[in-house]
Amino acid sequence: MTPFQLWVSYYTMLRKDIVRMFRIWVQTFLPSVITSCLYFLIFGSVLGSRIGQMQGVDYMSFVVPGLVMLAIVTNAYSNTSFTFFQSKFFFRGIDEILVSPTPPWLLIAGFISGGIVRGVLVGTIVLLVSVFFTGLHLAIHNILIIFGFAILTALVFSLAGLVNGVYAKSIDGINLVPTFVLTPLVYLGGVFYSVHSLPQAAQYATYVNPIFYLINGFRYGFLGLADIPLWISLAVLCGMIIFLVAVNWYLIRTGLGLKQ
Amino acid sequence: MQALSIKDLTKTYATGTKALKGVSLEIPESDFFALLGPNGAGKTTIIGITTGLVNKTSGTIEVFGVDTSTEPEKAKMQMGLVGQEVNFNPFEKVLNIVVNQAGYYGIPRAVAIPRAEKLLTDLGLGEKMDQNAMTLSGGMKRRLMIARALVNEPKFLILDEPTAGVDVELRRGMWEYLTALNKKGVTILLTTHYLEEAEQLAKHVAIINKGEIVESGTVEEVIAKHHTGDAKESPGYRGGRLEEVFLKLTSEK
Repeated sequence: MTPFQLWVSYYTMLRKDIVRMFRIWVQTFLPSVITSCLYFLIFGSVLGSRIGQMQGVDYMSFVVPGLVMLAIVTNAYSNTSFTFFQSKFFFRGIDEILVSPTPPWLLIAGFISGGIVRGVLVGTIVLLVSVFFTGLHLAIHNILIIFGFAILTALVFSLAGLVNGVYAKSIDGINLVPTFVLTPLVYLGGVFYSVHSLPQAAQYATYVNPIFYLINGFRYGFLGLADIPLWISLAVLCGMIIFLVAVNWYLIRTGLGLKQ
Repeated sequence: MQALSIKDLTKTYATGTKALKGVSLEIPESDFFALLGPNGAGKTTIIGITTGLVNKTSGTIEVFGVDTSTEPEKAKMQMGLVGQEVNFNPFEKVLNIVVNQAGYYGIPRAVAIPRAEKLLTDLGLGEKMDQNAMTLSGGMKRRLMIARALVNEPKFLILDEPTAGVDVELRRGMWEYLTALNKKGVTILLTTHYLEEAEQLAKHVAIINKGEIVESGTVEEVIAKHHTGDAKESPGYRGGRLEEVFLKLTSEK
């Protein structure tokens, strides 16, 4: 395929996914916004006033980056895993792409791009909603770091969602990982607290949680505060991207879990 | 030039089932080729491997001289597939299904939309273009799949039981459409359980049974070689000559 044909194929996949996510916006965009509002209300307004400050900043301002990151992670992941699983099992629509000259790497790019778009879009909406709860005092330390971590985190979890979608053999297989792996990792990754407020043993446990590094970097972009140096967060993020790209490439190219 | 050249193709599924045991097959350019065989004979596996939906165990496949293993994208660019099962999103609009398929072949929407509209109109779906695919009848869904397979203007069209469950009138309409396509130079590979369909449409035929090609040649050659006329004596028999040959070859193995 020529570069233009590759672009058309990529655009087709992405356009189709974006049209789908806007068509069912009540399922794709609304739940995260409502959940985030509840978090802002409970942890920010109700409990936050009693907690006071965390690392020298207002607790509400402290939790906002983590909650935005929570929205990005869950939406990027679920969009890719479900879209891929749906096209593999429900309608076998994946055959439309497999019989076409679209190469495997472009198929991966098409599916994960949908996840990135949804993750970043929902994250932006949650961020805008948080402005109402922080009284229009949202701190921004470095917009490039915020934007970079948002995109890269959405990329990581889109890739992870695609692995899940390829391997899943039933709808349970799609729900198991977000429920039993992703959600606990996000909650224990420092959304609601600084790692320094934990006992020593719990701090070590947090350091093996990859999501901790993402939230750490993202929060640095807003507040200029970090539990660990920013470069470590970035290195972990890049390492995860390289690993997951390799896994996806192998799965799609060999047709494992996809072709008979 | 051969449109399709298959050499020593084998396929063993993860379950241990040997679906293909060294199949070799050649389909000349512009041919109308019928691949016949009972259920589970290996027809759909051959099609699946040719189009990239199934991984082969060994062997080679070339489409217009292009190896599907080493240059899959180039080979796929020349093919169109009408699968056995309905495999599109029923919540999508009919026109979008065809236009999106064109997109996967690198055809921009500005070109794909008028082309899809013409194909759908030609296939009698002109009034259904803006409706969701779930509103289509079974026969309409089959025609939609044909339109989708033709949107990239393939030189080689593969149809896996396209007339299964389709009423007589619609089936005849499909025959006319496919014959006209073939006359324009499109090579067609058809699998079907309707033997009279193959006898009337195909120039060449191959019969596969238990993963092996048991006979191939022109329809006349195959009939001449195996037709005995004995079946006419069977009470209630109404099939054609090819059906008789088919039953003889597939029950002998």
